Amino acid sequence: MRSAFAAGLVEVAAADERIILLTADLGYTVLEPFAERFPDRFMNVGVAEQNMVGMATGLAEAGYTPYVYSIATFASMRGYEFIRNGPVLHQLPVRVVGVGGGLDYGHNGLTHYAVEDVALMRTQPDLTIVAPADPDQVRTAVPVLQQLNGPVYLRLGKESASVPGLMGRFRLGGVEAIGDGRDVVFVTLGGAAAQAVEAATLLSERGVEASVAVVSSLNPSPSDDLAVLLGETELAISVEAHYVAGGVGSFAAETIAERRLACRLVRAGLRETPVGETGSRDHLYARHGLMPEQLAAAALQQFELAGR
Amino acid sequence: MTEQTLAGLIRRLIIDESMRAHVGHIGSALSIADILAALYGGVLRSASSHDPERDRLVLSKGHAALALYAALAASSRLDRALLSTYCGEGSQLGAHPEHVLPGVDFSTGSLGQGLSIGAGSALAARMQGSDRQVYVLMSDAECNEGSVWEAAMFAAHHRLGNLVAIIDVNGQQAFGYTRDVLEPTPLAERWAAFGWNVSEVDGHDVEGLQQSLVAADARDPRPRLLAARTTFGKGVSFMENEIAWHYWPLDALQYERACAELAAADRALVPAR
Repeated sequence: MRSAFAAGLVEVAAADERIILLTADLGYTVLEPFAERFPDRFMNVGVAEQNMVGMATGLAEAGYTPYVYSIATFASMRGYEFIRNGPVLHQLPVRVVGVGGGLDYGHNGLTHYAVEDVALMRTQPDLTIVAPADPDQVRTAVPVLQQLNGPVYLRLGKESASVPGLMGRFRLGGVEAIGDGRDVVFVTLGGAAAQAVEAATLLSERGVEASVAVVSSLNPSPSDDLAVLLGETELAISVEAHYVAGGVGSFAAETIAERRLACRLVRAGLRETPVGETGSRDHLYARHGLMPEQLAAAALQQFELAGR
Repeated sequence: MTEQTLAGLIRRLIIDESMRAHVGHIGSALSIADILAALYGGVLRSASSHDPERDRLVLSKGHAALALYAALAASSRLDRALLSTYCGEGSQLGAHPEHVLPGVDFSTGSLGQGLSIGAGSALAARMQGSDRQVYVLMSDAECNEGSVWEAAMFAAHHRLGNLVAIIDVNGQQAFGYTRDVLEPTPLAERWAAFGWNVSEVDGHDVEGLQQSLVAADARDPRPRLLAARTTFGKGVSFMENEIAWHYWPLDALQYERACAELAAADRALVPAR
């Protein structure tokens, strides 16, 4: 996703001179295509995320569209108050780009896991969140950001393959459905979409009709789209590499409650602080119940409870 | 009608509006009245509040917003009737400034954020080939914030010679004297060590301030820091250097005394015609 982002940004920047890219000393071997093509519009500001966001505010007020880049934890949290009092308060087109959302940084530990960034950003009603599920969606989404005059948080995965069936579809404020099964609908955000799609495949082998609702943007709310899908099922399972509070599981719960949908919700995600246990992303996914087999089992368990 | 200096008018408006609104932060506002008089009395260049080529001012010590509003009003940039809505219900003029009010370039109120915004603004001016200047007015206690030094490093490294930071060195913060809370000295040496061109100036000498503010040496690419020595609560004797006036509002008797002192000071400064 990182390389797709860099390539996409080079393309839009070629047509829009307002775009500049700032990094807080991260993105080595990723951002070079932009830096080489637009050396005057690229700047490594040093390991100083707060200053980077503050500066982006000053640059945006003067007419620029600054992209500020770091690992998702640092991009979203270190300068959070600067984001709130800068681009959000002033409604300026700063794009905060966080790479490695979720557990993508594997053995690097909690300091590198962005598992509450969506929750934090979601509370800002005028901050658009874009969290693509795969590189193809990144390619579709980056040009769409150009239409937005306000601030954006772009949450990228580190490395990820294409999500089968998604085919790069992305609509701001929309939900992209994969499959049309309604025995269970997985509601997912970001790179975890791949887990959900695989879980749906496993279930279909057991005769269960499942589909996946990929939420790739929040603010504007994709609640209308999600309500249509959840209105046609009795079981929703949210899937996210994020704490269950405040992320896409919470978003699904809000949609179900506010629309009075007759749909049971099970939330898969982190329920405890991931500390003291390192490993690959898949190891961590298994630890927190996010592997396809676990997600499929969660669905089957609900059917058993329901006596089906 | 008594003739007033710009600084005297700013002070009087601060006292009037804080009395009417029954709001504090008076001492912090009075200490920068002369700095703002210098800026709005000929230093800041602007055709209008929306002119993209105007000089920018970031009031990084946002809690002194009343001084900014008073300076805008005293220099005919803000309607007096609007000034009188200060801290009123539904007013755009809160205790911390917001950019929605014409004349306020940036919203502030959380200390330690303004210099970064100013650095970005100065960088933008340079990238756009503009000669506009960016002024950031900070407090001395604000330098407790680590982010100030991130911005200080950045501005020096990138030689933002169009950036001028002014520190209101009044020696006081919410709980006490800055030297007792978190030793700020040697302030000038610290900024110089970070690569800034530092001048120590009298923060109540309007003419001197104006000379220092515009005295950029085109051959010196360093950002400039004016360490402006000031007196907290300057102009109202019973507020001067008194910590309590960080938060206290005025009562009627104090208001009368403050007005009398300001009028006497202006009479002494402005020669009768």
